[in-house]
Amino acid sequence: MNIIVCIKQVPGTTEVKIDPKTNTLIRSGIKAIINPFDTYAIEEAVRIREKAGGKVTVLTMGPPQADEALREAISLGADEAILLSDREFAGADTWATAYTINAAVRKISAYDLIICGRQTVDGDTGQVGPEMAQMLDIPLITYVSKIEDISLQMIRARRMIEDGYETLESPLPALLTVSKEINTPRLPSLRGIMKSKSAKITVWTLADLGIDKTMVGLAGSSTKVVKVFTPVRTHKAEVLQGDPTAQVDALIERLKGAGLA
Amino acid sequence: MSIRIDKEICTGCSSCVSACPFGVMELVDDKAHVKEGCNLCGACRDACAFEAITIESAAAAQPVPEAHGVWVFAEQFNGKIRPVAGELLGKGRELADQLKTELCAVIIGNQETGIVEMVTLGADKVYRIQSPAFEGNPEDLYSQALVEAIKKYQPEIVLAGATALGRSVIPRVAAALRTGLTADCTGLEIDLKEKQLLQTRPTFGGNIMATIICPSQRPQMATVRPRVFKKRAPDFARRGEVITIDFKSDAASKTKVVNFTADLTETIKIEDADVIVAGGRGVGKPENFKMIAELARLMNGALGCSRPVIDEGWLPYSHQVGQTGKTVCPKLYIACGISGAVQHLAGMQTSDMIVAINDDPNAPIFQVATYGIVGDLFKIVPVMIEKLKKQ
Ligand SMILES: Cc1cc2nc3c(=O)[nH]c(=O)nc-3n(C[C@H](O)[C@H](O)[C@H](O)COP(=O)(O)OP(=O)(O)OC[C@H]3O[C@@H](n4cnc5c(N)ncnc54)[C@H](O)[C@@H]3O)c2cc1C
Ligand SMILES: Nc1ncnc2c1ncn2[C@@H]1O[C@H](COP(=O)(O)O)[C@@H](O)[C@H]1O
Repeated sequence: MNIIVCIKQVPGTTEVKIDPKTNTLIRSGIKAIINPFDTYAIEEAVRIREKAGGKVTVLTMGPPQADEALREAISLGADEAILLSDREFAGADTWATAYTINAAVRKISAYDLIICGRQTVDGDTGQVGPEMAQMLDIPLITYVSKIEDISLQMIRARRMIEDGYETLESPLPALLTVSKEINTPRLPSLRGIMKSKSAKITVWTLADLGIDKTMVGLAGSSTKVVKVFTPVRTHKAEVLQGDPTAQVDALIERLKGAGLA
Repeated sequence: MSIRIDKEICTGCSSCVSACPFGVMELVDDKAHVKEGCNLCGACRDACAFEAITIESAAAAQPVPEAHGVWVFAEQFNGKIRPVAGELLGKGRELADQLKTELCAVIIGNQETGIVEMVTLGADKVYRIQSPAFEGNPEDLYSQALVEAIKKYQPEIVLAGATALGRSVIPRVAAALRTGLTADCTGLEIDLKEKQLLQTRPTFGGNIMATIICPSQRPQMATVRPRVFKKRAPDFARRGEVITIDFKSDAASKTKVVNFTADLTETIKIEDADVIVAGGRGVGKPENFKMIAELARLMNGALGCSRPVIDEGWLPYSHQVGQTGKTVCPKLYIACGISGAVQHLAGMQTSDMIVAINDDPNAPIFQVATYGIVGDLFKIVPVMIEKLKKQ
């Protein structure tokens, strides 16, 4: 089974802080990580390969330093890694991202399954996977929380929706987006770390993919960001004073006033 | 990449360096320089007093075709329209009125449901797409049907709920139409001069807000989480037109739903509750959630929580509020032992009234709270339970 896993390098957002003076993100000291949801995608792919054989290829579109994320993926069990990197790719929205990654998927050509994370923590749209599936014209199953059965021909997977769990069947090749319930990612093995250090990362540029530059990056993006700003919170809570009994009395009084108690 | 800095004009004042929300601007030899990782957001350009920075797109702007009308994809589940459709009609009505155009709801499925409801909530027209092929919730066919309808009627705006189904179907529609799609918008406005939909959404887990437009493609598409916009009161005097479309597919759906298991862990669903009592890491251990749950019960409310509570396995995922959990908008949200990280606030800050109980006076939750109690939740909550029991 040949599996392609799409990953993205993102800033570790729990550490993101706003500088109160300039109102911008404090980026110094923030290390780049693999998008947390994509680590579940890597783990699931490696687990399938361990059972069914085959190959796990990780794919990312990003700046040259995204190389680190790919090496980390190799330390976690991926076999091969491809970096899509070109100045022209910058500023891509989800459509242009999906289009560019798909050009690489078509170049790889032999694949049975594509796994994406359910969303990134920076772009945070969850659109890239479904858009890829549409452009490749392959079946899509989103929010997969468990793969119940998989063979070279078909997959049966459970997904989480608002009201419960759905089990779907689909032929392969297909594209899955996975949620964190699906597994617990392993830590890198010593062997994996050694392997990742010497691994060869394939780099493909726009020319390698043979696609038109008006379809990628900012030029290929239908959406444009016109403004970015930090939300300002000027609001101050009314702090209820006194000992716990007085505080609770004050609260219940206000809740009653609002018809809530 | 097409951000350009005119080194002749740049004075090296560094205002772009501090304006860059992504920290990729620097000064090299006293001139602005862009490092890797620029996403061309334009913050530097706006900050530059000397107009030394330009961002250009290689694609020539295409003329916008004669698109008109605001569409709301009215998703149904088990024969009922999901409430988010009503919320989108509320917002959609404003947008359509500003654009002086029609508001339409699109219902895909075979059940004769929700048509009147859509009209009373603001729709001028209801497109009802039906087909025997829609048995078993085939998302790929829903996408196909929507794509065909959009191509035929050419709406200028399409809105959908950011539900599991919406988040699967709508990106496929946008991809097929080669148009832009903005996820999880919290603000939608019309720029009347440019006739653009200004779509505002949180990124970086709510640390940053971005306003996004789709200048040269139609329709402009956006998803919105449930409970972000408000439904209008139904107007039973409204009249609307119903247009039935028979969808024919040459191919059967590739994905087949073989089983559905309802999630029964919750008695009251947090997304439907008027009152939510939520606990965070400050609650300390799973046993202590009995107390939080009891308070919820006494207030006829549902039990919510922050993410660490899920990560620790104290409660099942369905209770999680926030960026990666559910968005809620109850009349009352009581946060006990929750610090108020942006990712948590993203899921609850639009609640009508927020009460925060936290022993740290500087916890960010107090910045969104209506009423704050600075104190130990293990002292406050039991007193509250006792008083409510006496009532
Ligand atoms: C990509 C991403 C997505 C995320 N998505 C979500 C999400 O959807 N939802 C979410 O909630 N989080 C999310 N998070 C996590 C978020 O960043 C915070 O880590 C989390 O919300 C903190 O939870 P907490 O407030 O319960 O815990 P803490 O931050 O540890 O806060 C506990 C609070 O309890 C107070 N406290 C302790 N003891 C007591 C006591 N006895 N009495 C009163 N107060 C007490 C403390 O002062 C503290 O303020 C996400 C993070 C990332 C990176
Ligand atoms: N630049 C990228 N390179 C590779 N995969 C990506 C990239 N951006 C997004 N993805 C994949 O698409 C998923 C959803 O991303 P997003 O639509 O940005 O939330 C991620 O979890 C990744 O699997």
